[in-house]
Amino acid sequence: MRVRRLLPALRLLVVAPAFFCVSATAAFAAENAGVQAAVDALNTRSFDDKRAAATELAGIDDPRAAVVLEALLAGELFTERGSGRLVIATLVDEAAGPRAGYALRDAVTDEDLGETGRRGARRVTVNNALRRYLRGLVAGLRLRDEDANNRITAVRAVADAADPDLGPLLRERLAVETEGDVRDAIATALTVFDLDSPDEATRLAAIAASHGNLDGTVRMKLTALASDDADSGPVHSEAVRDAAKDALAAIERTVARFQTVETILFGLSLGSILVLAAIGLSITFGVMGVINMAHGELIMLGAYTTYVVQTLMPGALEYSIIVAIPAAFLVSGLVGIGIERGIIRFLYGRPLETLLATFGVSLILQQAVRSIFSPLNRAVATPQWMSGSWEIVTGLSFTYNRLYTLIFAGLVFVALLVILQRTRLGLEVRATMQNRSMARAMGIRSARVDALTFGLGAGIAGVAGVALSQLTNVGPNLGQGYIVDSFLVVVFGGVGNLWGTLVAGLSLGVVNKFLEPVTGAVVAKIVVLVFIILFIQKRPRGLFPQKGRAAEA
Amino acid sequence: MLMARLLNHERGGWILLAVLGVLAVVVPVANLAVPPDSVFHVSTYTVTLLGKYLCYAMLAVALDLVWGYCGILSLGHGAFFALGGYAMGMYLMRQIGDRGVYGHPELPDFMVFLNWDALPWYWYGFDQFWFAMIMVALVPGLLAFVFGWLAFRSRVTGVYLSIMTQALTYALMLAFFRNEMGFGGNNGLTDFKDILGASLQADSTRAVLFVVSALALALAYLFCRLVVTSKLGRVMTAMRDAEDRTRFIGYRVERFQLAVFTASAVLAGIAGALYVPQVGIINPSEFQPLNSIELVVWVAVGGRGTLYGAALGAAVVNYAKTVLTGTLPEVWLFALGALFVLVTLVLPKGIVGLWRRRQQSRRDLAHA
Amino acid sequence: MRSIIHLSKALVVAAAAVATLAAFNAAAQDEDTIKVGVLHSLSGTMAISETTLKDTVLMLIEEQNAAGGLLGKQLEAVVVDPASNWPLFAEKARELLDLQQVAVVFGCWTSVSRKSVLPVFEELNGLLFYPVQYEGEESSKNVFYTGAAPNQQAIPAVDYLMNELGAERWVLAGTDYVYPRTTNKILEAYLKAKGVADEDIMINYTPFGHSDWQSIVSDIKKFGSAGKKTAVVSTINGDANVPFYKELGNQGIAAEDIPVIAFSVGEEELSGIDTGPLVGHLAAWNYFMSVAADVNDDFIDEWLAFIDDEDRVTNDPMEAHYIGFKMWVEAVEKAGTTDPAAVQDAIIGVTVPNLSGGTATMLANHHITKPVLIGEIQDDGQFDIVWETPDLVPGDAWSDFLPGSMDIEADWVELKCGNYNTKTKECSGQNYE
Repeated sequence: MRVRRLLPALRLLVVAPAFFCVSATAAFAAENAGVQAAVDALNTRSFDDKRAAATELAGIDDPRAAVVLEALLAGELFTERGSGRLVIATLVDEAAGPRAGYALRDAVTDEDLGETGRRGARRVTVNNALRRYLRGLVAGLRLRDEDANNRITAVRAVADAADPDLGPLLRERLAVETEGDVRDAIATALTVFDLDSPDEATRLAAIAASHGNLDGTVRMKLTALASDDADSGPVHSEAVRDAAKDALAAIERTVARFQTVETILFGLSLGSILVLAAIGLSITFGVMGVINMAHGELIMLGAYTTYVVQTLMPGALEYSIIVAIPAAFLVSGLVGIGIERGIIRFLYGRPLETLLATFGVSLILQQAVRSIFSPLNRAVATPQWMSGSWEIVTGLSFTYNRLYTLIFAGLVFVALLVILQRTRLGLEVRATMQNRSMARAMGIRSARVDALTFGLGAGIAGVAGVALSQLTNVGPNLGQGYIVDSFLVVVFGGVGNLWGTLVAGLSLGVVNKFLEPVTGAVVAKIVVLVFIILFIQKRPRGLFPQKGRAAEA
Repeated sequence: MLMARLLNHERGGWILLAVLGVLAVVVPVANLAVPPDSVFHVSTYTVTLLGKYLCYAMLAVALDLVWGYCGILSLGHGAFFALGGYAMGMYLMRQIGDRGVYGHPELPDFMVFLNWDALPWYWYGFDQFWFAMIMVALVPGLLAFVFGWLAFRSRVTGVYLSIMTQALTYALMLAFFRNEMGFGGNNGLTDFKDILGASLQADSTRAVLFVVSALALALAYLFCRLVVTSKLGRVMTAMRDAEDRTRFIGYRVERFQLAVFTASAVLAGIAGALYVPQVGIINPSEFQPLNSIELVVWVAVGGRGTLYGAALGAAVVNYAKTVLTGTLPEVWLFALGALFVLVTLVLPKGIVGLWRRRQQSRRDLAHA
Repeated sequence: MRSIIHLSKALVVAAAAVATLAAFNAAAQDEDTIKVGVLHSLSGTMAISETTLKDTVLMLIEEQNAAGGLLGKQLEAVVVDPASNWPLFAEKARELLDLQQVAVVFGCWTSVSRKSVLPVFEELNGLLFYPVQYEGEESSKNVFYTGAAPNQQAIPAVDYLMNELGAERWVLAGTDYVYPRTTNKILEAYLKAKGVADEDIMINYTPFGHSDWQSIVSDIKKFGSAGKKTAVVSTINGDANVPFYKELGNQGIAAEDIPVIAFSVGEEELSGIDTGPLVGHLAAWNYFMSVAADVNDDFIDEWLAFIDDEDRVTNDPMEAHYIGFKMWVEAVEKAGTTDPAAVQDAIIGVTVPNLSGGTATMLANHHITKPVLIGEIQDDGQFDIVWETPDLVPGDAWSDFLPGSMDIEADWVELKCGNYNTKTKECSGQNYE
């Protein structure tokens, strides 16, 4: 405890002067020579020396200082081979990576030094400790940034660095800040500083102000204050401790409430993946009665299609995933139609034999992918807009890739429902499945309908693969992990009922997530499996059994 | 007389029993008595390999009894096989005694290593061979009975039953992977030393295990024949072909199904128990749903509904696997996949069906 | 009567079946070459990792043959595919030793595959070089462990986090199998010995291929917000890593806040991952492709030429095979024969160069000496080495931090035992005469 409290104090001895220099507007003239010396000092193997050099650099009021520090942080500061001069290197071709070489500019003078090959320059390495420290340095420089979001990030970085002596800097900023969110961030940061204040009144005020504040750092400080054996200075009185305990209890209540919401969100997200994986199957298996063991591999094909699309359009990572959706639908759909025409149409009415044949197909598809793409996993990049998380309120957030997957699953479900209920194809599908000979008598070409239905189910599986490529590995074994789960979701929901699949998938996801903290991930899964097995004994046709004559077939 | 009844019109059965008889005599002799440099010597590698095939064949016969004759496609038979194997493995673990690497008098190595201080209650009794043998039959049998009782009573049949059995073996796999279960987790049970006092590393022990496996397969085959040629067998076929009609005639279909399903699970368990000492390891990957599906394919390839065909299928597919994974590993999955597709499309009655069709056409020619 | 005809026909078929057995014995004995067995899965789930090692051994054999072979003979690789199936590993091991009569086997990746083949190697007195970091608690007369023991990877890694990054709170996250269990038990004992309190250690196990990390990452985040510097020690296996790191990145856990140090994530694994969110996270190995050493550059060049693909990487288990192969060659030359018993004696103390510019020595406990390196993941899928042990660390078969094994010692020179109990003075279960 004592060491932890000493650390920031030690650090501020180094940092504080730097920031005071930065904030001082009446700066002495920028001396290129000073910058040059500090920059050159960065070229050392010792991380301690780098840290000292960076500190010195931050202390020089020169625009280049910030540029160099940011480059160092971003891993763009290199030493040129031969001359040993420090340069800022950017990739010549973003998509091709370092193989295409780097474009170099002098770190101090910004002089264009041309391009160099892959090994023409060596990166100035940064480790975690240094990176964190640099972030604090750069944040200080960025507090006056034009973008409000950058200012918030900067404020948080300052708060994380936990240097109370940056308080004046923040108060200064608060006085001129107009953006509400930034003001909140600064207020929280100041509360954090005040919680450490040696003055009891300030401390109590800060504790009062932190009621309901879900910021992690605030909670951390309060926990320390409420702790009975904390030795945080002479003014750590009974009053402070009790106030902190109260504030903490209030926060804990909110946290517990959020936790429930969070678990539901996690469960829905897991459920949406189950629904996506199973919904194609609910067509091929539920509507057509084909036990399609190759379903997982059709999902896998969708994921590989995403990979191929991404490789084909290297410059447009942000959009490639949108392009991949129809592409995956087509690829998997066509493979599905191929399977139907080549194999399954000979096996209608013999569901158990479709199981064997499609299992054979799944092995062939797996090995084919392994032969073409190698057994190694393929790297599918996540576009920027799907990274990170959406902060609903402070302390409750939901990652974007999961959010989009959830929305996407909903869209796919609605689209499928519309196709089956509102289009001519859907009508024909339903007619054929209910009474094949009657439908044929009415002039429906049942062979064509069979092929299209299977293709639709397979295509949906491919689309699910696009979503999964953003969440998990893209490799030859991708499909195997989902096949058992998919069948269970369809059976649990009731064969031939899309709504059943939706409800089954989502509820299994939520149940799983509520069980997980209590039992651990493995047991949660086992419990869910056993529950389904028992449930099916009670209601052999699932949650929403099909009614009427179709159920007899 | 009984034999004649069991094997009437069952030429494949005669061949199976004859092959088993010859193997049971020739293989041990050629392994133990013939000098290693002789052409007629059978290496220990071959003995264990054939022993393994025999266990697989027995498992296939067990599955064929429920699938071929009852129409119940179980995708979880691998689970019964593995449970029998674990029961045997637990006996073999207890036989290690204090010869484990930590030298603990009672606990298997993996328990010492996980800091357990006492043997869990479900490991009691497994130091006795007779107890372990009862468990080999009882555990899979009981599981099959409970599962079947629930399922058949509620008329969960066909595809639903297949998927539920798959869920069962999947859940068991996850459970056995857990180290807290006390079955060695992912590593399973291994490092066996001896069985009934005989060293498992001795060639003679292997030969005996081989003979026992051949004998067990023969008995399993005869037992299944006994079942299918009896009146029960005819009810079973009736259930397979028209379950509702059989029910309306007045048969309690679910009771027959339950009895056959349980018997089949016990046979699978015995096959597993013979398998473990020969391959030297049992671990949760035996519960993989994939294994159970592969097993279904052995039966389909050999010929569903003919017990000797199931045994033949198991031997043929596994032999192909041994050869292909040795010479052309990349081709193996393509070959296996194509086999599945071709058998279902072209050979719905498997190899046996092909053979019978040839016999039939030859007979037709003779009559013409 | 009919049945007798049946029986006679059946016997003919049976005889034919037995005759085909001869096919099993068709292993030709060729005395002009020395056979080297390669026992790595080329299909199934482990093919991802093991195929590379098969190619590494083939490359080393080719190189040795180009340099004149061994004892005047050429080396011949015998490659089999155990297909990620554990009983099949035992079967294929027997095939290599019994039918093919190989002089040595390089193989296995998972612990369970090693456990599966162990009785076969001990029975037939073969030699196995095992190249992967593992949980320790084993020393067989017939196995040489060229991967890291826990004290050559896990403990130095924790030391680094504790001393260099100031970590005080620990999450030990792993896949539920033996290696993570043992490693975490050792680490837990080690951390407690260093004064870390119970409530500052969180242990979590997940199944193989776990893909839904939302709750666990969220728990880690909460655990890490308690005011002390938190670090995650990950023994998460293979496929589960990608979704884990993605979730970490998306939930906003940066390497500077909560660094994750992994023992199973190397260059090969990173080549299948979008490394963007991983930058700054750590891994502990005994070799990185980025090691600055001439011998490493040569090895990389040779590997890329052999595999004919500029984008391939090298990794730690490859180095382990490199060391193991060189050691075996040197031991065979020293003994003048490939006879396993002679090689077992000759190889102890053999020192060969490793790929990081130093040397590796085979110890009496069949483990080797290794440097321990800590690397930070870069966005190009490589590691920046940020720390290394000043000296070579000798591999310790039996951990000093587990109650069951702290009294056990392995020494194949003096004690002739892989698990000698220093308290009871007994060598349990292993008696080779």
